[in-house]
Amino acid sequence: MALPYDSAAKFQDYAHPEVLVSTEWLAEHLDDPGLVVAESDEDVLLYETGHIPGAVKLDWHTELNDPDTRDYVDGQGFARLMAKKGISRDTTLVLYGDRNNWWAAYALWVTTLFGHPDVRLLDGGRAKWIAEDRPLTRDVPERIPADYPVIDRDDTQVRAFRLQVEQHLGQPMIDVRSPGEYSGQLLHMPDYPQEGAVRGGHIPGARSVPWARAAAEDGTFRERKELEGIYAGEAGLQPGDDIVVYCRIGERSSHTWFVLQHLLGYPHVRNYDGSWTEWGNSVRVPIKRGETP
Amino acid sequence: MTTGTLNPRLAEIVEDFTSLPGQERLQLLLEFSDDLPALPERYADRDLLEQVPECQSPLFLAVEVDDSGVVHLFFDAPPEAPTTRGFASILQAGLDGLGADEVLATPDEFTGQLGLNDLVSPLRLRGMAAMLSRIKRQVRNQRAA
Repeated sequence: MALPYDSAAKFQDYAHPEVLVSTEWLAEHLDDPGLVVAESDEDVLLYETGHIPGAVKLDWHTELNDPDTRDYVDGQGFARLMAKKGISRDTTLVLYGDRNNWWAAYALWVTTLFGHPDVRLLDGGRAKWIAEDRPLTRDVPERIPADYPVIDRDDTQVRAFRLQVEQHLGQPMIDVRSPGEYSGQLLHMPDYPQEGAVRGGHIPGARSVPWARAAAEDGTFRERKELEGIYAGEAGLQPGDDIVVYCRIGERSSHTWFVLQHLLGYPHVRNYDGSWTEWGNSVRVPIKRGETP
Repeated sequence: MTTGTLNPRLAEIVEDFTSLPGQERLQLLLEFSDDLPALPERYADRDLLEQVPECQSPLFLAVEVDDSGVVHLFFDAPPEAPTTRGFASILQAGLDGLGADEVLATPDEFTGQLGLNDLVSPLRLRGMAAMLSRIKRQVRNQRAA
């Protein structure tokens, strides 16, 4: 049974207001049957230090990825994972996490590959919940395993592979990495470990819009007008555009995918999860260095 | 690089981790994270510390080798980075107060022996390996000085 939507005024301006909930809404509905809250963080221990009461943990690295192939879990793996967390197909799943919901947006994008019907992000994520002095606990909930059907992963709608990106050259693309990575000065994120790309730069034609620009200082999404100023105004996206977004391994660009698809309502937005760690290592694909597309 | 056997304290930490079932290893790492000692007042100025950029979250460390050749370690990482704090705390508990030779004899591959590869991911563990190699380098430099 789906929970009611959050009717917060700010969300009503977005193309799909139903994909966000506020901290107020979540506090009010925390004990409702039919709701599962899941925390997804960059730091694998952050959940253990304290989380929203009742929330389960969903780790991108050890749970959403296939352990061998560079890919996500398959339909069986996803069904097992959801069932273990007490999530069924009709559960309202609310995701939140650290760093402006960066990893929570990634988890949401992965659930989209399996078409989970009702999945929402907590606007402002973990930081806002804590800033408002809302309760945290170290108690890990005992969830009763649920039934989750095996759904084939659909990679055709919101995911792009390298060959598709090559065919997409000349059409709108957004590179969400830092300016240094975009220009080719850096081969990895500032302050992050080297993850190995042998060439620096960006995919020709891709516009640079670092992902965190979509977030306000308190970690919430910027209002629709501000987002339009960035993506339609500065980056020149047109209504109806077919858009590919990418970063380093597809996590930061999941955040931008969420903004373009759900908040601004572009009809066809795909996340290229191979991203720079694939493109920057591929033989004979075109690369542009410098600050211009 | 230096290889050798684990000192008894590190060996005990490895034993503590590997004797636990999977998820409980994360709880133990959390305990280490909670127990990381705060920086002493004299390191209030971050410029006195070395940053370890290989960690996913900011980590700063300081190494002192005193006149009798004993190594003292100091770390600083924010509470939002519990994994990094946990790694730092393991090194603190396993190496602080040992002689320089003992610290330098720590096998570089020890970080892979904690049984955390599948739980934490090798990428995240790289940060701890980087901390260890920076500690060793500072010990070598200070001993040579």
